[in-house]
Amino acid sequence: MPFLENGLVVGHTRVSEDIYELEFITPRIASECHPGQFVHIRPSLSSYHPLLRRPLSLYDVDKRLGSITVLYKVVGKGTHLLTRVRTKDYVDVMGPLGRGFTLPGTHKNVLLVGGGVGIAPLVYLARVLREEKCKVQVLHGTENQKQMVAFDKLRQIGVEFMPATADGSAGFKGLVTDLLYKKIDPAEIDFIYACGPEPMMELVAAFADQHGIPGEVSLEEHMACGVGACLGCARKLKAEDEEYVKVCKDGPVFSMDKVKLYKKINGR
Amino acid sequence: MKRGAVNPAPVDMAVKIGKMHLQNPIILASGTFGYGREYEDFIDISNIGALVVKGTTLEKRNGNPPPRIVETPAGMLNAIGLENPGIEVFLNEHLPYLRERGVAVIANIAGNTVEEYAAIASLIERQTGIVGIELNISCPNVKKGGLQFGTDPEMVYQVVDAVKGETSLPVIPKLSPNVTDIVEIAKAAEAGGADALSMINTLMGMAVDIEKRKPVLGNIFGGLSGPAIKPVALRMVYQVYREVNLPIIGGGGIMNYIDALEFIMVGATAVSIGTANFISPCIARDILEDLKGYLRQHKLGSIRELVGAAVQE
Repeated sequence: MPFLENGLVVGHTRVSEDIYELEFITPRIASECHPGQFVHIRPSLSSYHPLLRRPLSLYDVDKRLGSITVLYKVVGKGTHLLTRVRTKDYVDVMGPLGRGFTLPGTHKNVLLVGGGVGIAPLVYLARVLREEKCKVQVLHGTENQKQMVAFDKLRQIGVEFMPATADGSAGFKGLVTDLLYKKIDPAEIDFIYACGPEPMMELVAAFADQHGIPGEVSLEEHMACGVGACLGCARKLKAEDEEYVKVCKDGPVFSMDKVKLYKKINGR
Repeated sequence: MKRGAVNPAPVDMAVKIGKMHLQNPIILASGTFGYGREYEDFIDISNIGALVVKGTTLEKRNGNPPPRIVETPAGMLNAIGLENPGIEVFLNEHLPYLRERGVAVIANIAGNTVEEYAAIASLIERQTGIVGIELNISCPNVKKGGLQFGTDPEMVYQVVDAVKGETSLPVIPKLSPNVTDIVEIAKAAEAGGADALSMINTLMGMAVDIEKRKPVLGNIFGGLSGPAIKPVALRMVYQVYREVNLPIIGGGGIMNYIDALEFIMVGATAVSIGTANFISPCIARDILEDLKGYLRQHKLGSIRELVGAAVQE
């Protein structure tokens, strides 16, 4: 079950130009966390602008220490305010919220494909999959080597890591989806997870569908309450659907074959 | 303010709104607390004065296309489009849960015609657990070319009168602030037989995405809520309190007990907490405790002593 907890900040690091890693202690929330779920954080306790919480994926969880780490990119006023939080400050955290990833079972061959900071939920997922004795391959696409921020964590978790950068400064030169189509043998994959820009996830889902591999994606939507009360984060899974799902409560993780992903950024 | 002092002096928080006796003046606003269940892990709603459930229509509605919400300075715009499962599902699936919790439930109803409002009211009449009916009159009247019920005094009168004819429950129209003269609307509701007034609903607004050169919201326009609207809401409650002899449930941007007291002092008998629930799911409980603290600090016996305290002759 979810909790509301004040988290003591034990680490807050700028890991790339505009990407930060924030770690706080929330033992009750941490004990309930499952990969793919999110925490809802108030960027500031005193400001009314912005007013709402910010949903952030679980980047890493240490249940023994009771700590949660989130990875975020500064995109607007809320995340900008969040950068001012310092070690020993407290952050107001609600969570864990949402429906996370389905685990495929032990000893499976799993492929994770992340784009940009979309790598975040896949890192905690990789940790849990390794505990389940799965063989985990991670493809991570970014603009450049500097943004390849999850490398150390993933190496420590013990995955096969394949980077792709647009400028070729690390690993494969090009899109992570090109790397996927060129280098991955679908016959060796039991399950695929993806998180990143929708056009990227759309191509990953097409790959999975083409080879009959089951998979899941994590979606993003502007949210207010995070618990399914305000009905703000509505989305049609398929264009022909009449009803809207709520990304906060019904997701953010959805099965690849249940959702029609956008081919364009903000495809609406 | 300090909470949880040892053996705090008892204070009388009970309020009466028409025939409704509430244990305290804290009301959870419609559309911000779902059917209560959504927040059950965070707060015990049985200690709250009343819960106004999500606006309910006769038939199920799927709501507006996204984006449905956008943040604005000290507030947010929403255009949910009354997504709800319809009155039958509410009565069969959600009301029993709320009945078990022992919370006073105010049903919020909406319709496209006067007849629809009346039909929903008659279905609710036979249900235990519901202590009142709030009328969402910010809906387009399809028989009057889509003009909102709440912006025309004659239509306000008609819809209140029609609902009163179908129910013995207190009827509480929720006034729209998108009018020139809120007092005129409040008087029309009083003439129609309203037992109390709820005010204010959201202020119509919009936001623009300058990269896409399009309105942000799928519905173009949305309702503004949050601290940004509090001064407008206070002014309207003040005006109506002076001119209309009905109890008022006041709200609009209440974030803490100070905001709540402002509404009470301009004439609200009870206060509704809305957008603040999204930010802090326990806010209603915190505001209630802080209000008690204020009463103790100022040696007041009852919250009722403060109603209208700031209204000038």
